[in-house]
Amino acid sequence: MNLMMLLEMASNAFGDRVAIGSRDGSGVSYSDLYEKSGRAAQLFRNSPAEKVLLLDTSSVALPIALFGSSWAGLPFVPLNYRLTGDEIRELATEVTPAMGIVNTSMVASVEGIPDFEGIDRQDFLLRTKEGDIPDADWGMDPEQVAILLFTSGTTGAPKAAVLRHSHLISYILGSVEFMGAGEEEATLVSVPPYHVAGMAALCSSVYAGRRIVQLPNFDAARWIDVTREESITHAMVVPTMLSRIVEELENRPDSSIDSLRALSYGGGKMPRPTIEKALRLLPNTNFVNAYGLTETSSTISVLGPDDHRSALNGEEENVRRRLSSAGKPLPNLEVTIRDEEGELLDNGISGEIWVRGEQVSGEYLGHGTKVTDDGWFPTNDGGFLDGEGYLFVEGRIDDIIIRGGENISPGEIEEALLLHPDIKDAAAVGMPDTHWGEVIVAAVVPTGKTDLSISEIKKFAKDQLRSSRTPDHIVILAELPYNETGKLLRRVLREEISDLTSDEGQSG
Amino acid sequence: MELRAGSRLKSAVCDTEVIAVKAPAEDIDIRCGGVPMADPTTSDGASGSPVGGADEGTLMGKRYVNPDETLELLCTKPGGGSLGVGETLLVIKESKPLPASD
Repeated sequence: MNLMMLLEMASNAFGDRVAIGSRDGSGVSYSDLYEKSGRAAQLFRNSPAEKVLLLDTSSVALPIALFGSSWAGLPFVPLNYRLTGDEIRELATEVTPAMGIVNTSMVASVEGIPDFEGIDRQDFLLRTKEGDIPDADWGMDPEQVAILLFTSGTTGAPKAAVLRHSHLISYILGSVEFMGAGEEEATLVSVPPYHVAGMAALCSSVYAGRRIVQLPNFDAARWIDVTREESITHAMVVPTMLSRIVEELENRPDSSIDSLRALSYGGGKMPRPTIEKALRLLPNTNFVNAYGLTETSSTISVLGPDDHRSALNGEEENVRRRLSSAGKPLPNLEVTIRDEEGELLDNGISGEIWVRGEQVSGEYLGHGTKVTDDGWFPTNDGGFLDGEGYLFVEGRIDDIIIRGGENISPGEIEEALLLHPDIKDAAAVGMPDTHWGEVIVAAVVPTGKTDLSISEIKKFAKDQLRSSRTPDHIVILAELPYNETGKLLRRVLREEISDLTSDEGQSG
Repeated sequence: MELRAGSRLKSAVCDTEVIAVKAPAEDIDIRCGGVPMADPTTSDGASGSPVGGADEGTLMGKRYVNPDETLELLCTKPGGGSLGVGETLLVIKESKPLPASD
């Protein structure tokens, strides 16, 4: 099995359709993409490279490099181009001998790395434009490594997750219908190449036959404009992107995006007020919440459009709160909730989310696998399943606050605070305390529309939460620290809070 | 023949081509149009026609499975014959369409 199977089928069945880019003649068709990937494979094979690296934003070079690597039988390694020069060198050095497709502005970061050959994006595109195309001779061993993805490392040093062809093919065959997209459909990809959702978007769009339009550097105004200009029908965003899109739409005289049939979101916790606003602003768009991890080849559970609507209009709280859930696991996967000893927990009880299925990797380069002998992968995410099988994700286990022996999910506190109309964003973290072990500190970002006081926030929290879960301290911040793909950097937040509280800043 | 995940097979009587997604660890008599399928690298191309009862055809992009789902074939090129193991026809693996999530 090989990712090239997907592109070969697409090229055979609908080769003339536009795969990437505009319909104005500048786009690349599926048969074009197939041929360019073949030439890229040739280029990789003629070099001593054992891996193909990408240090670049999204462009047409991305799918050519991905499929070209699969054709040549080499792992594809998209790197986070926002890291510092030193960090990039360190990661690149881990995967040499390698060839790298590099953005012109980033060439300096990889200069002089031993056994590394950098090639400028423009040069790469030129070299895949013309020339012979090899036979369809890619390897079909399902165990070959397709993609190495450095996980975002919000809690520690980045590790490369190993995704084999078997994992990705299983994910695509299990969740995407071949040629399931109409010829008019187009998806807008604004997550970067080094995010698993970016990789999954390429594979599923190619297999479905859905045109891909890339937005290399996310900007809400640009996102809305491109969606309208390109008649985008599908898009995936991370929560911070959606909240910016919502703000931008609220400021525009015309908030409609008629072409947008489906908007999926994932990659972090979505604040309920943001999704509720989005649902009201885009009443004709189907919303999909997808939860997944790099280690699971992207999506493992989905909250579909019908669930969104019934939750929004629902009268009972247990239906309404499903808007904060990650929906139900994909049919070809199993999800269980377990305690610290790995014992199964009942519905409604929080524990660690464990997942099993063919798309699950759970393996890291040079660090072995986290998968148990019977195939289960402990995700390190906390959560619970409700009586009807809806999965609620509460965040990383490491982020759980232990106050006086009680385990408290930051998500619950954050959600409660976000119900306040003058609170735009909120995060709760545990800070060391001699008496309680940890105390709860909530960082709050006000909308700025009113003069929100700390005592009012405290009172509001007290009304919403049981007393042991009420924040011990509140800190008001102008914004919370996120990485560029919308993950809250709790480590950074803790540092900011500790700086603030040590010099008795605006806190209480 | 012995089959592995990733093996490609070609029909001897129609245009059908498949890739094994899942294969049992045993010799298996995979047919298309009632005639044993061949390795595409060594086959001479299709001739003849599917036998009666195995002539419903295959659909591109569909997965075909045996009753206990130990065998799963992905159709990568459609044709006029039906897929089977021995005399038993394979059936399409029904999948619940999921909303696009990425």
